Amino acid sequence: MTLPESLIAEFDELVAKYPERRAGLIPALHRCQEELGGWLSPEIMEAVAEYFAMEPVEVYGVASFYPMFKLRPQGKHVIGICENISCDLRGAQDIVEHVCAKTGAPVNGTSEDGSYTVELLQCQGACANAPMFDLDGVYHEDLTPEKIDAILGGLQ
Amino acid sequence: MIPAGDTYLLSRSEQRDSHTIDVYKRLGGYKAIEKVLKEGIAPADVIDVLKKSGLRGRGGAGFPTGLKWSFMPDKDKDPRTRYLAVNADESEPGTCKDRVIMREDPHGLVEGCLLAAWAMKLDAVYIYVRGEYRKPYDRVQQAINEAREAGLVGENILGTDFSCEIHMHKGAGAYICGEETGLMESLEGKRGHPRPKPPFPAGFGLWGQPTTVNNVETIFNVPFIIERGADWFRSTGTEASPGNFLCGISGHVERPGVYEVPLGISAKTILDEYAGGVWKGRKLKAWIPGGSSTGLLPADLIETPMDHDSVKGVGSMFGTGAMIMLDETACVVRASEVLAHFYDHESCGQCSQCREGTQWLHEIFRRIEHGKGVQEDVDNLVRLSKQMAPGKTICALADAAAIPTLAVVKHFREEIEAHIREGGCPLKASRAQEVHA
Repeated sequence: MTLPESLIAEFDELVAKYPERRAGLIPALHRCQEELGGWLSPEIMEAVAEYFAMEPVEVYGVASFYPMFKLRPQGKHVIGICENISCDLRGAQDIVEHVCAKTGAPVNGTSEDGSYTVELLQCQGACANAPMFDLDGVYHEDLTPEKIDAILGGLQ
Repeated sequence: MIPAGDTYLLSRSEQRDSHTIDVYKRLGGYKAIEKVLKEGIAPADVIDVLKKSGLRGRGGAGFPTGLKWSFMPDKDKDPRTRYLAVNADESEPGTCKDRVIMREDPHGLVEGCLLAAWAMKLDAVYIYVRGEYRKPYDRVQQAINEAREAGLVGENILGTDFSCEIHMHKGAGAYICGEETGLMESLEGKRGHPRPKPPFPAGFGLWGQPTTVNNVETIFNVPFIIERGADWFRSTGTEASPGNFLCGISGHVERPGVYEVPLGISAKTILDEYAGGVWKGRKLKAWIPGGSSTGLLPADLIETPMDHDSVKGVGSMFGTGAMIMLDETACVVRASEVLAHFYDHESCGQCSQCREGTQWLHEIFRRIEHGKGVQEDVDNLVRLSKQMAPGKTICALADAAAIPTLAVVKHFREEIEAHIREGGCPLKASRAQEVHA
């Protein structure tokens, strides 16, 4: 595949911020994931490798190191629930159970209809408003089952 | 009562639109950089004020900031390009303060970067923000844009010869990139593998050039100090740890939050007066003083003053000052399992002690909590931890997993042994009863 012109233009601006082109790689992978279907397919990584004049395996090596980069297709909505200490102490396990029951997605998996992916995350820096989840890139904090029902009920 | 006294770190945050340049300027913002440029205060003098202030880094290690800045080579003798990397990869469990600064008062961070650029004669600043912090990232980017329009970022700042570029950079969710050399590798577009030190960043940092890495809250303190002076800064806090800090307090408390308190305040005062005490009228069992990498302490040490020396004195660390409270129903084995899982997940894998050790710590705590522990496990936790730390690996992640393990065994050996003896968590039944009551 070839990357869309609009992304190439963005990347040209991006790499100008750094003395070495490669520094733009991680921000560029973010943009690809955001714009090209929510995950980094081998084809996308190959195209990115070409842009950065790197071997595809080097791009894969970077992408696979960082938990935010998804190397498999994701559900239409992605819910990341923090399971670290501050959230665990305030009931994160109950939140996980509730979200999985509500969405039909297994822990660290996607619902059969492809609507929801539920994943467990490490600390998201929302410790003073625990428990929390990140829904499609937006934090929802001080969660209760009622609050979750309202949030998920509002999704298309 | 909450002790009276000046707050400064959060003084603007409660104002409406505190993130905009208009509000920042109305409340006295950009006065420090103006003063430095208009009065022509020499870079060395700015560093001198910081040294006199005694400001210590707020990212965990508590290193004196002025001293760190003075490690940058003399520009006349070493003309290489020079950088500041601001560590906004806040991901130490329990720590949630830099997020507040970036979201509510991003211009304070921008002004701090400008002062750092002046003092260390930098060519550019990169702010490395964890990828999940989308709103804080946008707020800081917007602040940079506004500052640029106002002639405060870019070429010829405020009509002087001083120029400074500030760039935002997005990480992608790896805890190890909060380690300063891991952060630099990541910023260069690589896996976040920490580098052996020496060489230190001041000599060989980003792209091999002189670099200083500072935490967000550290940089955020600088404009206040430069504008108001070292003596003013020393009017709160302790002799060795001056100033206020942002304390995130979480876990089993009535009012979790990010509070501004003077260094040296007792942990009990933060717990009771700011956070409303232990929740549900329960008693405190244990507490973590400064983020998950600092050893857990028993409740009877809750009157410990929150400053670097005092917390060290009771066998733990001040760290990021992020306090995590565990009430009497909490299980320290469960808490250790959660944290061991975290370090296992986040180990970059370069050093075998860390890669293998964090896996074993996780596995052992997991089996003890789930009733599969064996008698030798407690001694093995100790033996393993002592082979992982201190200072046996490239970076401190292994220490962060091992040292708190030693603390849990030291203070709660009996509770761990009870798990093994009784074939499971003795506290689980009481917790389950409560949930279903």
